[in-house]
Amino acid sequence: MNPMDMRPPLSLLPLHLEDVVFDVGQRRILHGITLALDAGSRTMIIGPNGAGKSVLLRLCHGLLEPTSGRVAWSAPEPPHAPRRQAMVFQRPVLLRRSALANIVYALKCSGVPAPARFGRALSALSRVGLGALADRPARVLSGGEQQRLALARAWALDPEVLFLDEPTASLDPGAAHEIERIVGAMHAAGTKIVMVTHNMGQARRLGDEVLFLHQGRLVERAPAERFFRNPATPEAARFLEGELPW
Amino acid sequence: MMPGCIQGLTYYVCDCIFYHRVRPGRQVMNGFADAAAQAFGLIAAGDPKLVDVVMLSLRVSLASVVLSSAIGLPLGAFVAVTRFPGRKGAIVVLNALMGLPSVVVGLVVYLLLSRAGPLGSWGILFTPTAMVIAQTILITPTMAALSRQIIADGWEEYREQLRSLGARKAGVALTLLWDLRYSLVTIVLAGYGRAASEVGAVMIVGGNIDGVTRVMTTAIALETSKGDLPLALGLGIILLAIVLALNAAANVVRDAARRRYG
Repeated sequence: MNPMDMRPPLSLLPLHLEDVVFDVGQRRILHGITLALDAGSRTMIIGPNGAGKSVLLRLCHGLLEPTSGRVAWSAPEPPHAPRRQAMVFQRPVLLRRSALANIVYALKCSGVPAPARFGRALSALSRVGLGALADRPARVLSGGEQQRLALARAWALDPEVLFLDEPTASLDPGAAHEIERIVGAMHAAGTKIVMVTHNMGQARRLGDEVLFLHQGRLVERAPAERFFRNPATPEAARFLEGELPW
Repeated sequence: MMPGCIQGLTYYVCDCIFYHRVRPGRQVMNGFADAAAQAFGLIAAGDPKLVDVVMLSLRVSLASVVLSSAIGLPLGAFVAVTRFPGRKGAIVVLNALMGLPSVVVGLVVYLLLSRAGPLGSWGILFTPTAMVIAQTILITPTMAALSRQIIADGWEEYREQLRSLGARKAGVALTLLWDLRYSLVTIVLAGYGRAASEVGAVMIVGGNIDGVTRVMTTAIALETSKGDLPLALGLGIILLAIVLALNAAANVVRDAARRRYG
């Protein structure tokens, strides 16, 4: 069965953020961010530590509520409807059950009927190259395998939008490369990618456009190629100078 | 967890050994060593009186543990993952109830089940059923309070991922209970330890009737006061051995599971 058949006709995208402010106690993390995320392109969110990148991602995904301002998807997301967006975290949280059962659980949460779960989970596992480890307990997989499993879990849900929060930060280059390949494949299959990364090489390889955050403000938004070649703002230029020593 | 009756017994045995003080009219014991030797003899011979008491103890305490797990663990999980008015107060009360004195539980259940009490028509006072009810009431708060702590810690780790997947609240509680099952084993054991070692509640609502409601702890209390130290000590040894064996087994299971499931 093609999972696309079950998708409601309205698209979630574009996602509109209107003057989104986020405070923790007295401290302002985000100072009024306004932007629209369109379908299609791969958006990289970069910036120094404490710029509010992860918070922005969580606000978009609905894990945090803005202090003020609006986060609005183009199609409504009823509170108990299956989610059409997914997120992969820096450290994957996997349940103490087999790799396959982890994906089946996610499919169950998103309301996929029981007979379809097993096949979809297995096919997602094989797409990330974990088909042979389906019965392995998820928590004893290597770090790279766990992150691939987290991606397979997201992919099985066939989301319209995938948020990634530094998915390769704690992985070695080989494992990171594999994650990049999978993210690329998901994008090719039609999923919008929004990714926070500290790895500028990765942002260059994967990014179509760049959102540069600095001290809780969206300072620059530009096509990736142009941003890395010729940043328009002094903050971005200084940041790239520090990050890219060549 | 040192059962109070065993402590009392130890004091009594020490009295016998060091002061040769024995209550009038009771058979004189030559001390701890003799009593222990005879106790092991009784255990080895499978003394039927001993076996009856041990079996009833196991049945009552295990039934209480099963019931209070079924109530306490989901209750703890619910309090851990939901927000409701008065939640902080509920947590304080749950934690305080861990220290509930067993005689007070016994007294309350006695009043409820006695002829004149609101549940007197059930006619179950001085039966093993009454003992199970009392022990269940005694250890359910312990199960709930300890599991709430474990589930709350787990929820910290899982919250974003489960919310991202769109898991519902009720489902989340069950997911966490299942995923943290190896940590919850310790709680169930703590509950069993408390149920198996308490004497106040089962004494009051069971009545310590020979062959009907006499369990290990009440038998130890009685046999000690009667001066039948070998039987009392034998029961004490068995009680300790059971608690020890259960804990050891649970440890082995938990470690194996940790290695296997991470």
